[in-house]
Amino acid sequence: MAQLKHMVDKIRSKNAGPFWITIDIFCRQDGSFDEVEKCVTPDVIAPLYSVDPEDILRFELRDLDVIKLSFPRPNIQGTRQDRDMHGAGFAHLLEEIECGSKPD
Amino acid sequence: MIKVLIPSGALGLKYDRGALANGLAANPDIIAIDGGSTDSGPSYLGQGISKYSRASTKAEWRDLMIARAQIDVPLLIGSAGTCGADSAVDWLLEITRELASELDQSLTVAVLKSGQPAARVKSALGGDQITPLAPKVPIDAPLIDDCTNIVALAGAEQIQAALDTGADIVIAGRTTDTAVIAALPLARGCHAGAAWHGAKIGECGALATTNPNAGTIMITFDAQGFTVTPMADEGQATPRSVSAHMLYENSNPFVLYEPGGHLNVEGATYVAKGRSTHVTGSVWVPNDTYTVKLEGARRVGFQTVSLTLVRDPRYVAHVEQWLALIRDDILEPVQEDDFVVEFRLIGQNATLGDLETRSIGAGEIGVMTIVTANEQSRATEIAKLLNPALLHYPLTPDEPMPTFAFPFSPAEIERGAHYEFCLNHVITLDDPMEAFALEVIEI
Repeated sequence: MAQLKHMVDKIRSKNAGPFWITIDIFCRQDGSFDEVEKCVTPDVIAPLYSVDPEDILRFELRDLDVIKLSFPRPNIQGTRQDRDMHGAGFAHLLEEIECGSKPD
Repeated sequence: MIKVLIPSGALGLKYDRGALANGLAANPDIIAIDGGSTDSGPSYLGQGISKYSRASTKAEWRDLMIARAQIDVPLLIGSAGTCGADSAVDWLLEITRELASELDQSLTVAVLKSGQPAARVKSALGGDQITPLAPKVPIDAPLIDDCTNIVALAGAEQIQAALDTGADIVIAGRTTDTAVIAALPLARGCHAGAAWHGAKIGECGALATTNPNAGTIMITFDAQGFTVTPMADEGQATPRSVSAHMLYENSNPFVLYEPGGHLNVEGATYVAKGRSTHVTGSVWVPNDTYTVKLEGARRVGFQTVSLTLVRDPRYVAHVEQWLALIRDDILEPVQEDDFVVEFRLIGQNATLGDLETRSIGAGEIGVMTIVTANEQSRATEIAKLLNPALLHYPLTPDEPMPTFAFPFSPAEIERGAHYEFCLNHVITLDDPMEAFALEVIEI
């Protein structure tokens, strides 16, 4: 097991308009895609961001070694409850999840 | 072939002057730049003002006005003044007038306004011409009346109407990020899928290249596709850097909704050509009905903020308990429903709140107290009421009086009005121009 951040080049979270967050996971070009793909399922992501698994869109862009996750913001951008105007901090929660198979 | 020169991702974001000069030397048909975004939050639309300073906006707009005069092609900006509200368009028009005078330029300026009177939106709501997007947010007539600004995002049709006036400069209110780039190639019969796809790739300037800070790129549109070429001396537009830009600030990397239809890039092919990348295979799918997206912001209160710095290790360890005591003792007795107090713990979970999974264990905690109330004076009154406790409140009744650090005097910072985005809807139009106002001005 390793933290996801050690398995990828970069994880970026951004607003996709005021109502959505989108997270781009840039896997290593030498091949962490398959392991990361198994790890970042809607069932893992949903509790992390307190969203309904059915609202999570996931795209696998194998040519780019990218897995993309999009979901409605837990708090709409700029509301009193929102803490992160640009959605920058969402990436860190994902970076810190444990991922991958246990070593033999 | 149509060449669109994009100086940078937004006016005010800076660009490499050498790259812009290279772009001008490459004979573009138009200079197009985006002026706005919702990315910095609802306050700019709520107030109808720009995020960027007037001085930096004027300095960059001056360069672009000089560039336009050098090569005599139209200069086009969309989403003027960050939010693209009518007042922000007027602000940029005033800057343009000042610059025209300073630079001794005589200009025809087409001004496209996107502001929506509440009456129009309410009438459309009554006529079943407003459709929610996901996630659904509620809409009714009082909410529409509450908005301080509503804008509709213009598409290629409205920009084309502005260009058709023959203006030297087009200043447009809120538009989609892509419409300012796609409008001319679409009007000249370039491939529709390529026009929208190239526009999406180009909307952040050189971000789609390996030298993102240079700003300036050229997108060349042809009958089958488009080519992305960096204008800086360094850097490349690679198939990877170009295709990866479809990810950026976009919930779906293959589909992009625009007024009148949507773009699908699932079948796109990216081929390197020297420092450029040529893209084909993008598809434009027209809709039966013509819709434009609405954005609205309304004032929901006023805020006053204070910052208390807790360095005492015992108080750092028990900060939540300490704040609960203050809430019970000081706030509970006076709590009414016209104000809300929130304590955010900087150093613990200020970014993520309840979603935070780590125990960060900081050496000090910043307590950001945010009071939201119906009036500014009420918010400040509550913040002041809390001040003695945040300065001196003891964890236990029998200990010597503690004192905490305050970085400012006065301790309270009035933040002014708090705005929220409140529309996530499209409006159906019979004629693309019916919700937009186009005016031609000689300056």
